[in-house]
Amino acid sequence: MRGARRIEYLERDTYRQRRLRDAARILPVFATVLFFLPLFWDWQAAGGIRPSVLIVYLFGLWAALIALSALISHLIRFSDTDESDAPTEGDDG
Amino acid sequence: MISFNLLILVSLAYVVFLFLVAFAAERRAKRDSGQWLRNPLVYTLSLSIYCTAWTFYGAVGYAARSGFEYLTIYLGPTIIMIGWWWILRKLVRIGKTQRITSVADLISSRFGKSTVLGVLVTVLAVVGTTPYIALQLQSVTQSLAVFAAEPGSGWDGRDFDSAAVWIAVGLAVFTLIFGTRNLDVNERHHGVVMAVAVEAVVKLFALVAVGVFVIWGMAGGVAEMLARIDAAVIADWHPVPHRWVGLIFLSAAAFLTLPRMFQVMVVENADEKHLATASWAFPLYVLIMSLFVVPIAVTGLALLPEGSNPDLFVLTIPLATGNEGLAILSFLGGFSSATSMVIVATIALATMVSNHIIAPIWLSSTQKGAALSGDVRGVIVLSRRLSIAVILALGYLYFRLSGGGGALAAIGLISFAGVVQVLPAMIAGIFWRGANRIGAGTGIVIGFVIWAWTLFLPSFGAGAVLSEFVMAEGPFGLAWLRPYALFGITGLDPVIHAVFWSIFFNTAALVILSVLTFPNPMERLQGAQFVNVFEHSAGARTWSQGAARAEDLLVMAQRIIGHAEAQEMFRQEARAQGIDGYLPEVTPELIGRLERTLSGSVGAATAHAMVGQLTGSAAVSVEDLIAVADETAQIVEYSNQLEAKSAEQDRTARALREANEKLTAISIQKDAFLSQISHELRTPMTSIRSFSEILREGEIDAEARGRFAGIIHDEATRLTRLLDDLLDLSYLENGQVQLDVGRGTLASVLDRAVMAAGLSDGRLVLHRDAAREAVVIETDLERLAQVFINLVSNAAKYCDAARPELTIRVSGDAEACQVDFIDNGTPLDADAQVLIFEKFSRLADESKAGGAGLGLAICRQIMESLGGEIAYLPGQGGPAFRVTLRRTVRMAAQ
Amino acid sequence: MGRRVLLIEDEPNIIEAISFILSKDGWTVHTHADGETAVDRVREGVPDLLILDVMLPGRSGFDILRELREEAAPDLPILMLTARGQQRDRDMAEQLGATRFMTKPFSNSEVLETVRALAGP
Repeated sequence: MRGARRIEYLERDTYRQRRLRDAARILPVFATVLFFLPLFWDWQAAGGIRPSVLIVYLFGLWAALIALSALISHLIRFSDTDESDAPTEGDDG
Repeated sequence: MISFNLLILVSLAYVVFLFLVAFAAERRAKRDSGQWLRNPLVYTLSLSIYCTAWTFYGAVGYAARSGFEYLTIYLGPTIIMIGWWWILRKLVRIGKTQRITSVADLISSRFGKSTVLGVLVTVLAVVGTTPYIALQLQSVTQSLAVFAAEPGSGWDGRDFDSAAVWIAVGLAVFTLIFGTRNLDVNERHHGVVMAVAVEAVVKLFALVAVGVFVIWGMAGGVAEMLARIDAAVIADWHPVPHRWVGLIFLSAAAFLTLPRMFQVMVVENADEKHLATASWAFPLYVLIMSLFVVPIAVTGLALLPEGSNPDLFVLTIPLATGNEGLAILSFLGGFSSATSMVIVATIALATMVSNHIIAPIWLSSTQKGAALSGDVRGVIVLSRRLSIAVILALGYLYFRLSGGGGALAAIGLISFAGVVQVLPAMIAGIFWRGANRIGAGTGIVIGFVIWAWTLFLPSFGAGAVLSEFVMAEGPFGLAWLRPYALFGITGLDPVIHAVFWSIFFNTAALVILSVLTFPNPMERLQGAQFVNVFEHSAGARTWSQGAARAEDLLVMAQRIIGHAEAQEMFRQEARAQGIDGYLPEVTPELIGRLERTLSGSVGAATAHAMVGQLTGSAAVSVEDLIAVADETAQIVEYSNQLEAKSAEQDRTARALREANEKLTAISIQKDAFLSQISHELRTPMTSIRSFSEILREGEIDAEARGRFAGIIHDEATRLTRLLDDLLDLSYLENGQVQLDVGRGTLASVLDRAVMAAGLSDGRLVLHRDAAREAVVIETDLERLAQVFINLVSNAAKYCDAARPELTIRVSGDAEACQVDFIDNGTPLDADAQVLIFEKFSRLADESKAGGAGLGLAICRQIMESLGGEIAYLPGQGGPAFRVTLRRTVRMAAQ
Repeated sequence: MGRRVLLIEDEPNIIEAISFILSKDGWTVHTHADGETAVDRVREGVPDLLILDVMLPGRSGFDILRELREEAAPDLPILMLTARGQQRDRDMAEQLGATRFMTKPFSNSEVLETVRALAGP
């Protein structure tokens, strides 16, 4: 009985590790998109966009990304039996 | 007033402090393999050499000129760092498993240890980095000039030139000492890394101090500062999309390809796990570095007179407000940024120059085989030192020739654009096995040429290298080759223009040529090892030891020659070295002996390659590979043959064994049968003879005589039946049966059988299903009945249940039907199931046998004659037999 | 009361024949049909003569003979009867210590004479 529960736990854990790796992979993509976002703002609007808005946006986003990256890298494990680096590994869906 | 002497004193004290830090780190590293240096914080801080004097001074100038665009220089590396799982992790792993020493080594190694590629990347790196080193020298002299400009400093204008020289010499000394102090195979420099980490703290602290001063000391708080920013010229700023995107790409690419970044990020990396920390800590570091840039720029623009150099606001603002202590701190910050960059960049370049240019030339110019390890070592250290001196001299020369002109940031970007030409080869090299040497080399050359033409050469100013005519009209008047408007594209900023075209053609050449040409075997091997590095390397090995450790060798040896043998061999070796009871030192003797021992098991080439891998000596050469492939092929073929042979032998042996078993069994059965026949014949004859003698002698009463005569009659009948069975069997076996085919229902045949089986005592309970038995069959009904009688009477005789029951179950279709006879006795074991139909067999319990064990043999013969079969039906909970018969008879073969 | 003969044999007709012959000659005949309990039966009351069939349910006559000779009745006269008249059986009976060996079918006088010779007064 104890053994069975333990296996289930490991499987869930492995699953979570894989999703964490997915998150680690997707984070820079989101970062890139969001860093490009100010390009779509209406800079020609009357009065323009105040620099303070850009400062708050960029540094806020930056800090959020740092926090997320810290969280992911804190939780992620380096397994010795490393996965192949293909992003489509594992049991998605 | 800050006097010249004070500034020099402070600088000297700081330099001495750095020397002490580096010395201490080296000493500690020597004592305990640098364990205390393996620390994610030190790793993260060492990455901060990305932030050079360009960042420290130049970012403020950049912001003053181009608003928030300076941020792109930090956003690129941030994206790379938080995306560490993609690229950096792989680079670091490859760096460890392949023992990569530099960017040039990475590219050369990936593309089949190509010497040409190594030279190419080295040249590119030197050309791209030299202006950058000049830039650092310039920043230090400029910052000195700021103090000199202060009234009463006592400086002379000539001092700046000599200051630059002294700085260059001082850096050279530091780098020579700590960069070539110990020739570690892994190219790790504990002292340098530690000094760089300390400098990272100093520059961050200095910039934050100035930033805090301008926000809280001058503006009076964050809100006020933001308001001032909104009111400043910078408020008119808006992003230029192609520059925003292009510069983020450029800085991200440069972060990966800059020689000094590769040095600290990959080569000096002690543990892959440090990347996880750096993935957020480094972005945090650059965030803090860039947080105060705009406030300082805005304050400087408002405070200082028109025309002040915004690159030096970090210094001039504290000076202008009379904060001399802050000014000196700021100066040290800039000094730190400049020196750490120069030191690491010089070490990285010197490694490349000495490994990829000087060493190959020296080795090819001397006779082969004369290369004793001491010799080579001396040469490499010398070439390393020469390289350092030459590179710093080049940087100084560039500084003098360029006249210290140009904005700092511009030179930085030009340098970036040059080194990122390595990027396509690097990325393709680690993700695409198909990328080959020709493609990578051609791509780098094309990218380098385009960069030089469109950015580097024009950067010296129109008329300096490229004439004004060429700049305006193109070479020979070819307008589509104008350096700033290649192919007539004029809408791009020169830097982005150069980056776009160079990377575009670089990548195109790489892809197209890789698709069209073929790699050599070494390239293919290396390609596979790089791209699939996570499958080839188990776990993150640390670089604590350059050479193989005895444990590694022992583990490998155990795998190949077995535990006992390997351990005995190592024990002997340790005893020979006089350290009985411990693992032996890894000496050339041990390695040689190990290689010889292993070659006995896996072949010489493989052994050499494996030991070579572990000891970090030359990796696999092409000859090794070919030899390995040959041996492997031979071994595979040999083992295939052996396997085939032994499989065949196994089959033959099994067949023989089976035949023998069968023969033995039959022979035993035959003996048993003969004695059984004897017994079965003699037993009734005994009674007959005995009683007939009694009768002949008379003197018995009538009643006894009647009974004795009855016995005689019964026994004679029994004898007759036995003889009938024997004859019947031999008759059936010889296939001389005449079938008497008739039509009838299965039920009627079964009825007859049950009746004839003589279940008169009523002990056996029968279960039948009349409905299912109403099947019309066309066969020899007599013979079929004989089979059924046998089965029913067997059940009656042998069923050992307390209340014997027999179930007769009929099933089937239009073609055939099955009649199962299942009783509730003990099922037959597997052996008995096989033997029971053999004609000489009978079950062990002979007492109950009514015949000579011929019944089932006869049944089988009958069913064969009728075109059906009878078989034991396992798994029914008791002895069960299945009779399968066709609904219409098919005549037997004869 | 005559001397006692124990007959271990499973064929009812043969039991009846031998019992008839010996009773007529004055012997007291006890019969036992099961091989497994034959040794116990001998121990209960050692007869003057044992007639033992080789082919018995439960246990071979040779087995019974071996055990009797080893422990229970080393000196008891034993007449082995068998329906498998092979030399091998004869040799084995002799080796195991049977006093006489007789092949079925036998003549009545032969049995009677043997019994008298082995266990006669």
